[in-house]
Amino acid sequence: MKKVSKFWLFLILAVLIYGIGQGLIQTGILNAFYSNMLILMIINIILAVSLHLVIGITGQFSIGHAGFLAVGAYVSAIITMKFELPFVLAIIIGGIVAALAGLLVGIPTLRLRGDYLAIATLGFGEIIRIVFLNIEYVGGAAGMMVSNMTTWTSAFVCLVITILVISNFTNSRHGRACIAIRENEIAADAMGINTTFYKVAAFAIGSFFAGIAGGLFSHNFYIIQPTNFGFLKSFDILIFVVLGGLGSMSGSVIAAILLTIISTYLQQYPETRMIIYSIVLVVVMLYRPQGLMGTREITEFFGKKKSVKGGN
Amino acid sequence: MEWLQQLINGISLGSIYALIALGYTMVYGIIKLINFAHGDVFMVGAFVGFYAIKGWGLGFFPALLFSMAFCAVFGVLIERIAYKRLRNATRIAALITAIGMSLLIEYGVIYARGAQPEAYPDNVLPSTSFNLFGAQISSQSLFILSVSVSLMIILQFIVHRTKIGKAMRAVSHDMDAARLMGINVDRTISYTFAIGSALAGAAGVIFGVYYTKIEPLMGIIPGLKAFVAAVLGGIGIIPGAMVGGLILGVVESVVSAMGFSLWRDAAAFIILILILIFRPSGIFGKNTREKV
Repeated sequence: MKKVSKFWLFLILAVLIYGIGQGLIQTGILNAFYSNMLILMIINIILAVSLHLVIGITGQFSIGHAGFLAVGAYVSAIITMKFELPFVLAIIIGGIVAALAGLLVGIPTLRLRGDYLAIATLGFGEIIRIVFLNIEYVGGAAGMMVSNMTTWTSAFVCLVITILVISNFTNSRHGRACIAIRENEIAADAMGINTTFYKVAAFAIGSFFAGIAGGLFSHNFYIIQPTNFGFLKSFDILIFVVLGGLGSMSGSVIAAILLTIISTYLQQYPETRMIIYSIVLVVVMLYRPQGLMGTREITEFFGKKKSVKGGN
Repeated sequence: MEWLQQLINGISLGSIYALIALGYTMVYGIIKLINFAHGDVFMVGAFVGFYAIKGWGLGFFPALLFSMAFCAVFGVLIERIAYKRLRNATRIAALITAIGMSLLIEYGVIYARGAQPEAYPDNVLPSTSFNLFGAQISSQSLFILSVSVSLMIILQFIVHRTKIGKAMRAVSHDMDAARLMGINVDRTISYTFAIGSALAGAAGVIFGVYYTKIEPLMGIIPGLKAFVAAVLGGIGIIPGAMVGGLILGVVESVVSAMGFSLWRDAAAFIILILILIFRPSGIFGKNTREKV
């Protein structure tokens, strides 16, 4: 009963935020600059939440997330621009292909742990980028022209679906299995959890939503290039998750919102932005390695105090 | 004799990778940290060497030594500021800090001097080329190779014949036991960073002289590839890093020679992933089972 009311509360909140956003854009209070920033914010939130599932919930340290973003971006761009199919279909197929790429990458590499996994995923991300760089069909290094189709509505719907799916996954039996793997993989294995299955599943779901974000990303800018998806982009996404707190979805959402605002205003000073990013990363790791929120969710700050979910 | 030529180019490039990989492997061997900032120490070394040659008119060897000294201090500073607090932190926290330091150095340099590339003066080393079985060998590449090899020999001497080397090996074997035996672990780690960073600085100057173009983001790709080389040879093993670097350099040259030069970077990462999947302890490593 409690869970159902929480769900409706979330949906009402989502509709409310959507309505406010739509109203502000329709009436022109938010000009093109700000509405673009809102869409960018949504894309970043989707990316942060999808990586949060891999790093924060399952504890698999992947730093090649931009690769899956690239797969989604290119595939959906090909579908709308080359095959001229509808945008919705493009986003879904982009997500599915990215999930397949996630399976392809995940099955061999998820046998690795910690640093090695990080390096392997970094390598895969780079390989995906180099592959797109070498395919003439998608424009090679010059990039590919994509018309602007992402709207506030489509982006927001994707965001709501992402958050619903990932938070339901986290709170399900499977999510608890993933958290057990994060806490101690060997112990989880000994308790009869199929660790490989859950790691690969979480990785594929994370890649799927990264692909969705990619579809929104490519149809929000007029051109996509392989350089957009280098590992600096992966680090950007990583920073959202790390700053928000490894294991807190609302934390990564908040971090994504904050950092999008900061980086939009620092657009003219890219090196200042990167310096701020890196200092934030180092300082957070040195003085508060669990991130802003730790493993807590924002809902835990309201209502009565509850024990911390999923250990600490 | 195209192949011999490519082999020689590959070995020159590989010896640069090997020099950087030595620092990675030493640091990883001791504190189990992938020091992402190491590639940027390489970049800083290249710039220090550049300013020493161009600004102060130093010759190649004084510039090399100055750059090595500067990088040694720089590496120790990085360790003291960023990594020392993380000795008992999780591996992920350490890795993220290393990524942060790497970005900080890169963009700090861009902030300080701009992102424009710089051309190394080309008269630092005599450049005559001579013929060996039809392949053109420049005296520069021979020179570079000999400098790299002698630095590696010096390193082997330090690690196996001196007291500090013994301490390093002890700390990398078991940090707590080493501490109990009266080894100053912090100082040993500082020495490791100093030596590794000095080698990276030397690699930076050599890279600059050989490829003439340097820029603030140049450390990223060679840094990653040097890491690949270290993993290839078995991370934590010094001869492994040398062999891994040379293999990687030769493979890259061969891939380029076959006409896939755009795929060169991908080749390194494919090697990395294959090694990680099939032989994660590297060519020279022994398999160790994880204990509960």
